[in-house]
Amino acid sequence: MVNKRMRLLAWALIGLLVLTTVGCAQKPAEPQKPGESQAEGDVIKIGVFEPMTGDSAAGGQMTWEGIELANKLHNEVLGKKVELVLVDNKTDKNEAANAVIRLIEKEKVSAIIGSYGSSLSMAAGPIVLEKKVPAVGCSPTNPLVTKDNPYYFRVCFIDPFQGSVMAKYAYEDLGAKTAVIVRNVADAYSVGLNNYFKEAFIKLTGDEKSILAELDYQQGDQDFTAQLTSIKKLNPDVIFAPGPYNDGALMIKQARGLGITAPFMGGDTWEAPEFIQIGGKDVEGVTLSTHYSVDAAPTEAAKEFVDAYKEKFNKEPNAFAALGYDAYMVILDAIERANSYEPTAIRDELAKTVGFKGVTGTITLDENGDATKSAVILQVQDGVFKYLTTVEPD
Amino acid sequence: MTATEFLQHLANGVSLGSLYALIAIGYTMVYGIIRLVNFAHGDLLMVAAYIAFYGILLFSLPWPLAFIVAVVLTTLIGVTIERVAYRPLRDAPRITVLISAIGVSFLLENLGLVVFGGRSKAFYVPPFFAAINHIGETAVPNLVWFIPLVTVALLLILMHLLYRTRIGMAMRAVARDLDTARLMAIDVDQVISFTFMVGSSLAAIGGLMWGLKFPQINPLMGAMPGLKCFIAAVVGGIGNIGGAVVGGFVLGVGEILLVAFFPELAGYRDAFAFILLILTLLIRPTGLLGERVAEKV
Repeated sequence: MVNKRMRLLAWALIGLLVLTTVGCAQKPAEPQKPGESQAEGDVIKIGVFEPMTGDSAAGGQMTWEGIELANKLHNEVLGKKVELVLVDNKTDKNEAANAVIRLIEKEKVSAIIGSYGSSLSMAAGPIVLEKKVPAVGCSPTNPLVTKDNPYYFRVCFIDPFQGSVMAKYAYEDLGAKTAVIVRNVADAYSVGLNNYFKEAFIKLTGDEKSILAELDYQQGDQDFTAQLTSIKKLNPDVIFAPGPYNDGALMIKQARGLGITAPFMGGDTWEAPEFIQIGGKDVEGVTLSTHYSVDAAPTEAAKEFVDAYKEKFNKEPNAFAALGYDAYMVILDAIERANSYEPTAIRDELAKTVGFKGVTGTITLDENGDATKSAVILQVQDGVFKYLTTVEPD
Repeated sequence: MTATEFLQHLANGVSLGSLYALIAIGYTMVYGIIRLVNFAHGDLLMVAAYIAFYGILLFSLPWPLAFIVAVVLTTLIGVTIERVAYRPLRDAPRITVLISAIGVSFLLENLGLVVFGGRSKAFYVPPFFAAINHIGETAVPNLVWFIPLVTVALLLILMHLLYRTRIGMAMRAVARDLDTARLMAIDVDQVISFTFMVGSSLAAIGGLMWGLKFPQINPLMGAMPGLKCFIAAVVGGIGNIGGAVVGGFVLGVGEILLVAFFPELAGYRDAFAFILLILTLLIRPTGLLGERVAEKV
């Protein structure tokens, strides 16, 4: 009797073990000598680590659509086939680090693309630096992602610019004299962007007290009523709350439920269909800054991309798909110029990227590995993101 | 802080607390009867929310029907889980069943990721619940009073079930002493199945309310509520149904007031819940209301 039960239990445990290994195939691989990651045979591998599940799943999946499309259209470089290896980082900093280790040591990729979410990219930073494999971020906008890391690049603008864009929009277009900022304390993007917004807004208004309050919440919080009740009393002209799109949508819904009418503004992460689906009519009129819009002046490269994207996914591409596409193309371009699959050689050429014609604009990587590009401002109107204006960098 | 503002905070706290209480009731009842911390309880919330979501989206069911279907199916799933994952371990040490419960929790979460996808979905909120009432300057969406009402109603029904019906008596007998109950010709397996039925339907209703309050569902949505409501149950005195309600309110109102009075501590909101758990276990392990069912001798 006892034996039978024990055996049953053993089988149950084995079953569970198999399931969890299948479910989260994230085991760091057996150690390998660094720098061995050359292309084998006829295939060159590019690793991708993006949040396919978890709080930022929409961002990761939209980016992946763009990367995958780029790979479909341009799947050869220097006569070898390009193979993408995708690892889900589950919107988790530890998983992001594991994912990159796995890509480098087990999959031996030549270069890495990722990740949506500055915190996730920053978790991977020290690893790509140590293993000397270049990484190109599609949309992590926090300056710290590439700072002092010669192996990290990005094809998007950074938050000091994004923050100033929104501060200017609030001050000049909305006529706001006061603002409240709300930040997710676990999210480097949210904290960073809020700080740059604050700096720029105070500079514009010339009033240290124009930021009425800075309120915090924690990753995973769904109830913002306590913070919002405090905001209601302060009655700001505008509320700036960049952070994960789910948080933003829930927060705005609850704000309207509490009778707060002040306009909400956010950053590029809010550009996700989920933001509008969850927020419904409560997010109407919300403005946000992002990297690209199909309605902004199109670049040459955009045409091929937009047509192919529409054909494949039957919808208009957004900024993340476009940046995913650009990140892939920039890497391909660097491999071609390097005439090598060697990660360090690719890195050296990536650093020299000048005037690359991408979907989202012309990409020139500066000494930090950042691109200087224009931002677009979108507004939610009738349940879709409408293009308002383009803001050029100074 | 003005009186209006405080009242608003209190309304927020009661609304959140009653949701915690609702889920904690199911947790604590299952524990009270068979001494199992059912870690899969939180994930049943997620299952119920998804069934309702797909019922409305794919089968175009009117929302009340979709909600009923969600509760019924989740109940069946809950009973099946008991049958497959807990019953074979009935005579095994308690820790074994606990581990099995954690396994079920992981299984449901990862299955959810595979079946439903990782991207969050918008839960349908009927206009009635979204409508806002103004009492003085305090804004109160209908949902804010509706959830406490549901919680109290379910509490009363459960109390009646446990203390006024035959099956309730059998459940209490099983809680007191499983072997003796069996000797008294009580079908223990059936009673435990029934316990899970009630527990799972409570989880399902909790999941639907959670979806209405935070209309964003994803496969991992049950994890944190599961933990929070477990804390609420322990704070109130695990095994004690009235205690779960008290614990839920303490936790919900406490969280809101913490953020309201100490905005700079907002990032430590979850930490507050866990500190509350640790303090309870250190100072008063039996919880605020103690334990009504005597420990087995």
